[in-house]
Amino acid sequence: MVDIGTVEVIPPAEVEDVELYHPKSWVTKYVFCQDAKVIAIQYSITAISIGLVALVLSWFIRLQLAFPGTFSFITPSNYYQFITMHGMIMVIYLLTALFLGGFGNYLIPLMVGARDMVFPYVNMLSFWVYFLAVLVLVASFFAPGGPTGAGWTLYPPQAILAGTPGQDWGIILMLASLILFIIGFTMGGLNYVVTVLQGRTRGMTMMRLPLTVWGIFTATILALLAFPALFVASVMMLLDRVLGTSFFMPAIVQAGEHLKYGGGSPILFQHLFWFFGHPEVYIVALPAFGIVSDLISTHARKNIFGYRMMVWALVAIAVLSFIVWGHHMYISGMNPPFGFFFATSTLIIAIPTAIKVYNWVLTLWRGDIHLTVPMLFALGFIVTFVNGGITGLFLGNVIVDVPLSATMFVVAHFHMVMGIAPILVVFGGIYHWYPKITGRMWNERLGQFHFWVTFLGAYLIYFPMHYLGFIGVPRRYYELGETAFVPPSAGTLNVFITAAALIVGAAQMVFFFNLIWSLFKGKRAGGNPWRATTLEWQTPQTPPGHGNWGKELPIVYRWAYDYSVPGAEQDFLPQNQPPAKRMPVAAPS
Amino acid sequence: MATILALVLVLIVIGSVSFHLLSPWWLTPIASNWGYIDNTVILTFWITGFGYIAIILFMAFCVFRFRHREGRRAAYQPENNRLEWSLAIGTTVAVAALLGPGLFVWYQFVTVPKGADEIEVVGQQWQWSFRLPGRDGLLGTSDSRYISSDNPLGLNPNDPNGQDDLVIVADDLHLPLGKPVKVLLRSIDVIHDFYVPEFRAKMDLMPGLVTYFWFIPTRAGTFEVLCAAFCGVGHPEMRGSVVVENESAYQAWLQKQQTFAQLSARAKKVNLRQ
Repeated sequence: MVDIGTVEVIPPAEVEDVELYHPKSWVTKYVFCQDAKVIAIQYSITAISIGLVALVLSWFIRLQLAFPGTFSFITPSNYYQFITMHGMIMVIYLLTALFLGGFGNYLIPLMVGARDMVFPYVNMLSFWVYFLAVLVLVASFFAPGGPTGAGWTLYPPQAILAGTPGQDWGIILMLASLILFIIGFTMGGLNYVVTVLQGRTRGMTMMRLPLTVWGIFTATILALLAFPALFVASVMMLLDRVLGTSFFMPAIVQAGEHLKYGGGSPILFQHLFWFFGHPEVYIVALPAFGIVSDLISTHARKNIFGYRMMVWALVAIAVLSFIVWGHHMYISGMNPPFGFFFATSTLIIAIPTAIKVYNWVLTLWRGDIHLTVPMLFALGFIVTFVNGGITGLFLGNVIVDVPLSATMFVVAHFHMVMGIAPILVVFGGIYHWYPKITGRMWNERLGQFHFWVTFLGAYLIYFPMHYLGFIGVPRRYYELGETAFVPPSAGTLNVFITAAALIVGAAQMVFFFNLIWSLFKGKRAGGNPWRATTLEWQTPQTPPGHGNWGKELPIVYRWAYDYSVPGAEQDFLPQNQPPAKRMPVAAPS
Repeated sequence: MATILALVLVLIVIGSVSFHLLSPWWLTPIASNWGYIDNTVILTFWITGFGYIAIILFMAFCVFRFRHREGRRAAYQPENNRLEWSLAIGTTVAVAALLGPGLFVWYQFVTVPKGADEIEVVGQQWQWSFRLPGRDGLLGTSDSRYISSDNPLGLNPNDPNGQDDLVIVADDLHLPLGKPVKVLLRSIDVIHDFYVPEFRAKMDLMPGLVTYFWFIPTRAGTFEVLCAAFCGVGHPEMRGSVVVENESAYQAWLQKQQTFAQLSARAKKVNLRQ
């Protein structure tokens, strides 16, 4: 037993309360708002709305794969536009924005005991620039030639040449939108980092932070370091496309015509892209890791097992994530000896990741497990994440990657590990914090229905898909046509997967119905329905008012995981609960 | 609910394992020397599969055994150094067991045996072309500047080594059975990837670079070539064939191919006539 959970009073330092901006009109309260909680809702609604577009696109993709040639509106050009936009939206505009802009904005100030982000005005700008980025992205659907169909990785030379849909306007708008997104994100990201470092209330040491904050904090640092690589890559490709420079363009003869490009390196783009792209996986995963830790701990009424190891594992994953990008490029023609390095670094990252998994399941051990809807989603996450994690051990190990890369195995792997797994956490997180955000409970039956269909359906979609990859079915094929090595039964499997995908997609409507219906008809939740320890549940008002806390900021006396402490009356001790006064020994007078 | 969830978790494990064992979908029958690659895939299955089953079953047990009941209270145990470190070390051992064989095979993959025959694969939207070294056993130099309708692969017309190169545009490639071959890959427009599932090995054709891989064809037959790097709307139609055959059939095929010099001469004649 170590002393991590024991109570230690930190003497209140003289911290002056911050002067908050107080909105004076409806517009400054709900539109150009500087309150992180409102910005969080704005981010979330925008991200989920554009995410719904990606969901519909995924249906089109699945319809084409199951019934090639049946639907006249899915031409090869459309198909490639659908897969490109689906991927880009899900990774960047939905998951990144939702975890950092949505969960980050709502939870960081509340969980560290601050009144708001440290730079509220910049925070507001961050959302509106993000919103503009989404508008530019949407605009590309209506531009002549439609959105780009270069694949979400936008590899040059293909991305800016003929033969790729959206070569006229789509790619330009895509790059412009990414540039805007990164600008917007940087403003928000600096805010999250500085708020965690500087905005914590008295007593809230770094090692008392809930893991949700740790996850979002490390992910934001990753993003601040990784997005610049994508930023410069986007600018350079934009110059190649618009001004005819040749950063990524070697001498090319296309359809018999010598293009005026020459001397550039397409593989350089891949290095830049994946130097961003691999940390991006963890930009999505680390907040999910953090949130799921808190969900499991709260609903198992037990402290997270191995808190310090969990923090160091997060940090280790974050650091390592910057030296593994080459595993996306094993068969790119990159100098082959690099394979030794990147395979080694990639497999090493499995160790801290596995430690996190062990600690989640060990938290369940001798717990008092309440299978609430958020807990169901958290447990579903573990299953899909472990599954997607181990297929990562296939693809990370350079030689095993050779036959499997560019097949449906890869598609199944990354959907399981950074699609389904984080999205289950998003749902778990929304169900968990919805009572705090709205003051009302959702309908439990509908929530359970949503969980079972989503979790089992997603597993049925992606588990068998790996086996298409083993056969050798390549990804990004509009149709497979007559291919000798693919048995006809693979077509049946594709129909099955599509049926599951349509059902899972449709089941999400239950989720939205539940959220909206409960907003008006849900039971009153009270301030702390989960009997949780962290500060956001201890606000004087629910939903928390402007400035979060009453007159006084909370003072933190303990770590975030004092659940089922022996001898305590209740099975949880809030972080701001002072230590029990020792019975004063009768002093001789 | 706890009973149902625990049961579902157990069923997921049983279902996944049975699916793996019983479903008809698995690697295509191999036709190259890279059986080692298949072995590392199978080894990875064993090790990771064990971890997967153990973790999910442990979860199922906890969900059932420690479900909430009236009056139940969780244990309080923040850390357990011994347990945490032994799990970390156990995982490290497992990872090393995956990585060691993996890197060993990768070393073979990137070490081309001496005496491997060089051939060249050239990709363009959306067809495969090939070049064989001819009598002198040497491929001539090439550059995209030289590409024209008469010289579709961009061979250097001034390079004597290139004159006897066999140029096969948008037709099948033939390879002799059992001889190691070093495949040089070159693209004249965008990124492609030379992919024959039965060979296991694949590699990108990266414009501006010449990439390579090597293998030994070990089974006679005709194998489909696909493109495995998205190369525009015609990507799925970019197909070709590799015919692996015995030495005499291969020699007979070689005799029928045109050299670069023959192609240039014919092109000149056509040009003069016009």
